Amino acid sequence: MRLSNGETLSQALYGDTDPAGASGYGDHPPRMGFFTDTSVCIGCKACEVACKEWNHVPEDGLLFTGMSYDNTQGLGADTWRHVAFIEQSKPLAGQIAGVQHDSDQLRWLMSSDVCKHCTHAACLDVCPTGSLFRTEFGTVVVQEDICNGCGYCIPACPYGVIDQREGDGRAWKCTMCYDRLQIGQEPACAKTCPTDSIQFGPLDELRDRAQVRLQQLHDAGVVDARLYGEDPHDGVGGDGAFFLLLDEPEVYGLPPDPVVTTRDLPDMWKHAAAAAATLALAAAASFIGGRR
Amino acid sequence: MAECHPVGFQWVMEAKARGATVIHVDPRYTRTSALADIHVPLRAGSDIAFLGGIINYVLERGKEFRDYVVHYTNAAVILREDFRDTEDLDGVFSGLDREERSYDFHSWQYEGLEVQAASGQRDQEYEDKVGTDHAKGDSFGSGGASIGSGEPQRDETLQHPRCVFQVLKRHYARYTPEMVEEICGVPQDLFLKVCRALTDNSDRDHTSAFVYAVGWTQHTVGVQYIRGAAILQLLLGNIGRPGGGIMALRGHASIQGSTDIPTLFNLLPGYIPMPHSHRDEDLDKFIAAERTEKGYWAEMRAYMVSLMKSYWGAAATPDNDFCFDYLPRISGNHSTYETVLAQIDGVCKGYFLYGENPAVGSANNKMQRKGMANLDWLVVRDFSLIESATWWKDGPEIETGEMRTEDIATEVFFFPAAAHTEKNGSFTNTQRMLQWHHMAKEPDGDARSDLWFTYHLGRIIRDKLAGSTDEMDRPVLDVTWDYPVEGSIDEPSAEAVLAEINGWDSEGRPLSSYEQLNEDGSTACGCWIYCGVYTDGVNQAARRKPGSEQNWLGPEWGWAWPANRRVLYNRASADPDGKPWSERKALVWWDDEESKWTGHDVPDFSASKSPSYRPPEGARGAEALSGIDPFVMQADGKGWLFVPAGLTDGPLPTHYEPQESPFNNPLYGQQRNPVRQVLQKRKDNRYHPSGGSPGADVYPYVVTTYRLTEHHTAGGMSRFVPYLSELQPEMFCEVSPELAEERGLEHNGWATIVTARNAIEARVMVTARMTPLRVQGRVVHQVGLPYHWGPNGYSTGDSANELAHLALDPNVHIQEVKALTCDIRPGRRPRGPAKNDLVLQYQRGAGVDENTGTEV
Amino acid sequence: MSGGDVTRDGLRGVRPDRDAMTGNLDGERRKPGRRRRGRAEQQMVPDAEFTSYYGRPVIKAPVWEAPDIPGYIFLGGLAGASSMLAAGADLSGRGELAKVCKVASLGAISLSALALVHDLGKPSRFLNMLRTLKVTSPMSVGSWLLAAYGPATGVAALSSVTGFLPPLGAAATAGAAALGGPVAAYTGVLLADTAVPAWHGGYREMPFVFTGSGAAAAGGLALGLADHGIPMRQLGPARAFGVLGAALELVASEAMEKRLGLVAEPYQKGNKGAYYVKAGKALTALGAVGAVASMRAAPLTRAAGAVLFLGSLATKWGIFHAGFASADDPKYTVVPQRDRIERGEQARATAD
Repeated sequence: MRLSNGETLSQALYGDTDPAGASGYGDHPPRMGFFTDTSVCIGCKACEVACKEWNHVPEDGLLFTGMSYDNTQGLGADTWRHVAFIEQSKPLAGQIAGVQHDSDQLRWLMSSDVCKHCTHAACLDVCPTGSLFRTEFGTVVVQEDICNGCGYCIPACPYGVIDQREGDGRAWKCTMCYDRLQIGQEPACAKTCPTDSIQFGPLDELRDRAQVRLQQLHDAGVVDARLYGEDPHDGVGGDGAFFLLLDEPEVYGLPPDPVVTTRDLPDMWKHAAAAAATLALAAAASFIGGRR
Repeated sequence: MAECHPVGFQWVMEAKARGATVIHVDPRYTRTSALADIHVPLRAGSDIAFLGGIINYVLERGKEFRDYVVHYTNAAVILREDFRDTEDLDGVFSGLDREERSYDFHSWQYEGLEVQAASGQRDQEYEDKVGTDHAKGDSFGSGGASIGSGEPQRDETLQHPRCVFQVLKRHYARYTPEMVEEICGVPQDLFLKVCRALTDNSDRDHTSAFVYAVGWTQHTVGVQYIRGAAILQLLLGNIGRPGGGIMALRGHASIQGSTDIPTLFNLLPGYIPMPHSHRDEDLDKFIAAERTEKGYWAEMRAYMVSLMKSYWGAAATPDNDFCFDYLPRISGNHSTYETVLAQIDGVCKGYFLYGENPAVGSANNKMQRKGMANLDWLVVRDFSLIESATWWKDGPEIETGEMRTEDIATEVFFFPAAAHTEKNGSFTNTQRMLQWHHMAKEPDGDARSDLWFTYHLGRIIRDKLAGSTDEMDRPVLDVTWDYPVEGSIDEPSAEAVLAEINGWDSEGRPLSSYEQLNEDGSTACGCWIYCGVYTDGVNQAARRKPGSEQNWLGPEWGWAWPANRRVLYNRASADPDGKPWSERKALVWWDDEESKWTGHDVPDFSASKSPSYRPPEGARGAEALSGIDPFVMQADGKGWLFVPAGLTDGPLPTHYEPQESPFNNPLYGQQRNPVRQVLQKRKDNRYHPSGGSPGADVYPYVVTTYRLTEHHTAGGMSRFVPYLSELQPEMFCEVSPELAEERGLEHNGWATIVTARNAIEARVMVTARMTPLRVQGRVVHQVGLPYHWGPNGYSTGDSANELAHLALDPNVHIQEVKALTCDIRPGRRPRGPAKNDLVLQYQRGAGVDENTGTEV
Repeated sequence: MSGGDVTRDGLRGVRPDRDAMTGNLDGERRKPGRRRRGRAEQQMVPDAEFTSYYGRPVIKAPVWEAPDIPGYIFLGGLAGASSMLAAGADLSGRGELAKVCKVASLGAISLSALALVHDLGKPSRFLNMLRTLKVTSPMSVGSWLLAAYGPATGVAALSSVTGFLPPLGAAATAGAAALGGPVAAYTGVLLADTAVPAWHGGYREMPFVFTGSGAAAAGGLALGLADHGIPMRQLGPARAFGVLGAALELVASEAMEKRLGLVAEPYQKGNKGAYYVKAGKALTALGAVGAVASMRAAPLTRAAGAVLFLGSLATKWGIFHAGFASADDPKYTVVPQRDRIERGEQARATAD
């Protein structure tokens, strides 16, 4: 089956597509995104702070977690960039850690997580008010003057990004600094990242650059390096914010094989229709055998 | 560096992108280690042994850059016959006066030089006037001591047994890889890897750089640590060349600026030494004592007179020595810790704290507070009510009952301060570069800049003193204080101050170089090394030409002193003929056709001095330096491998154990720096026994302090900010899994850390990034403590510096907080007087008394 | 060794900092290659090698609360099924049964709407639900369904109670009955159209569980009023409907849990949702048996009806809380996805 814009249903719901175009923008700028290369992250958290300052995101908890240097814990309504820290007794290529435990191997993975701005964004799909929308840059943004806090987007996100703000009731998440994009600036986190771990630009360019970087790392013996979210044929149609990781995604708290829930929605409606029909049949059957 | 200078670390990353190897030597595996190629954990306080080991490796294997060493260092100079090295005297040099706790450096001098004919009198005066104090180091400013006229004897083959090169070799002969393992806990193969990596990358075509911060300087031998790196880099030919050098990472945005235009007691702007009392009775004597014969310090009179003219304007004339007598005189060591003692002893009555929080940031917090409790008045300027402003009502001594608020007579004034975005001014960074920052908005409420405060305070005092006939008031009344003010709050023009610092001639035209400064009072200049920052009346520090539009050194971004040179001593990047040592390390070179030095950087050399120039007999000043004397500030134009004068604790770095150490010094009988500064008989500053002394095992662990990326020094700029506080919300300690097991510490639980000074509590972070080390045949553990916390603000906790003692480097009086000993135990600390009981209990258990640790 | 040169003409070999390499020590390279993990194909046993980020959830559990949302789902099912019962009752001349069912569906749907609005983060903006219609959003579809169904039940009930406008009432009853199925079934899609493993994984069966449960509740409500509002003799269809619904629900639940494999665990143990689910199944089964066995006895009928009603309630609470538990524990997200990858069955979008 084909939709009015020529796409097949599956393309529309979870395949490789131009999200801005599919959302009805005619002439639109190239799709913009993030490539977060965690192999050069130094864990400084400038991204967390810059994001909060630019977007007036409230402080969300003074808690010493003991999770290495991560006291932020995870993305949420009040954390739109989250730096993860993972200490592992494993080597990073030929790096010499110098420690003298039973194992002499040590490495410290650091990674700045962010909303993925999925090509097929479940949060956007399930939003009943139309508050969540696709911008001309292909990003996903919440219109805070419309959101009524129904909370549906929250469990829909396969990455666990968006959340409800306490005391406020609405859903909040990274906007990829939509206001800055509109005047030709890069998002606050990308601007502030001192080592260019957070790279911002047209998504195609970033994807090309990432492949080169991956090869570079593999050639240098960093066998664990892998890209995450860069593939337009994955379960969400590829992420607008994708990563280079140095271990499996779940090590960083990321789902290994995320799928946009909407992929299964047509099938769900079919089953719901069948269930409704079954109910009707049961109702009819209940009345067989006489009037009273 | 990634922890404390994340933005600067991008340049390290860029170097790595070009293939550089990054070696990180640190007791802890930090965010820098995560991006480094090699991490070398070592015992805090053992770096001189480590560096000495590398020096030994270089010298034993002949890895030095021979041509560079012979021509550009004092390696060939022959020393006096009566010089005795630490190898001869079991750990001390000749000239030690154990009673005075000081060295007479005469026996360290070069052979064949007149013993400072012009300065013989000075020496005697130093001995008499300085007394038991240790302020000698500063009296040499930064040119090293002056050396009399005459040439030292040299052996160009570097074979003479008393030449510096051979003395160096002998001094470090026992700093073998085995010894490094013994002392530092660094396994030999790892140590040798570092040596190989460094020496493979340091030769004619390759250079290596050292980067350090207070992990090196905050020791009783801190200055000698840096000297160790200096020796190494000179031997390897890495100074003055691209990709080489030694970079000091400073801890504050403009602390470099605050030593250039100093807030240090012993220096005048531009590193001119502060005059001492009793000694320099007039300007002539002062200049005679302080200037050098050769090099740019020969012109000290010009710099000094110009400075006086800038201070006192028309009132400074040749007849009154340019108001030289208006300058205060120092009578000894007035460093910050001496000041605290003076407060405790009731001598110092008033205190200004500008953006400084000693109740958290200085060693031995209790003594800081006790000092402040004895003042008549205290002025604190900061953004928030920091601990140094509120200790009198909620400090730790109030909790223990040692002090009572009603008994504290100090009158405390708190003035809110403007942030850097709310005022104009400059930052001078570690690269000596000035960058102007612009006021984005006026400060809110009563907040004001330091400039506003100082200017208006001065204005008000002058108003009150106006018309006075008392001689004592003349310095204040004659000082030039006529800065224009602007804006709704009468903010003095920072640019006007900059112009004054830059200086002008008698017509009021801005100067463009310190070479224009005169001795006759026709020029005024607030800081000779900054002369040029306001060339042509343009604020050079405010220049912002993007890097893509100029040469890679970025000379049109900001302005670096001196004269916008970006790499100091860059003459050393070219060989004695003026050609770069390597075409892939070309920085400046001699252009024979144009008869001048040219290249990417402003040459740190007389522009037209040919490499073949040799000074005639009797030459003075800059003319006395030859075409192959790149180290133009040194009295002999050479890089000093051996320092004949200017340091109080030895011409060569020697491994001494820190003031407190679990170990004896395996190299010598001399355990510690014999002339380090210790406090005598201060109840609040007891030291621990060390090494094999009885009671040392009561404090068996090494503890070191450090910063985290998320916070800033004593917390005044970060613990009051929600966005930073939430990133590291609580004080914590870092311990290895092995130490946690040994002491029963639980991850995410609490621990109490105890020294003879105090006890603090911290959350526990058990991490493999802290590693046990094997030193002298046994395992030693180290405890890591960030030092950002105090009881005030958004994020609160105990302060690490409560634990620290006052034992200071004798040259610069910096505290040793990077290597202490302690005990650590699970659980929170006692509250109230019980806390002091715990501290005393430990002291008794270790047999600590007023003499412990104070021996030479 | 650094590959950058500082020549007399400027720099060569400059690279941006994002190209930095770490651990690339000369002579210490490792050969590139992927690591493979061999694993047995066991879908029920949790992966002993499974990793997470400090045990933290991967996705976010909903911010919905009980009683609002499980109550909403329960009341929706009750209402929709009651509307069907009402229509059949009308057609078969069971007047009291019809009236009670119409009033019940109005009451239930009104309460459920209130619960929904109450659960909103910004209740004052509840009308924003009707700004747009999005078929990709079950909540949008449901809002419009309710917007049509609600008034229909209202007209049907009012007409029945007051006797006014019977033709309008009849039309409304028919309309409500037609929409009743979707109203009861769509809540299954509502829950399933999320990333919550226990919900999404059961998307095929969930609508059947909910419609069956709705029928059990509707039947149970009617039975509960045996001789106290509805004469016993009218209750035959209610009994049948209740029993059929219970059977549908139980069969669909079994099928769902079987398909879910590891992810069925939250429905079975380890959290309070499992407790409610098991209680729900027991009560539903008991109630169904009771509904059959009590054909002659009114008190027993009422008891059976109450048990069926409670069983349906418990099932909704159970599914609700078990879903949260499946969201909070990262293993239910990570393990099935990791298994998919190991089997070469990771999600791929192909052109079709």
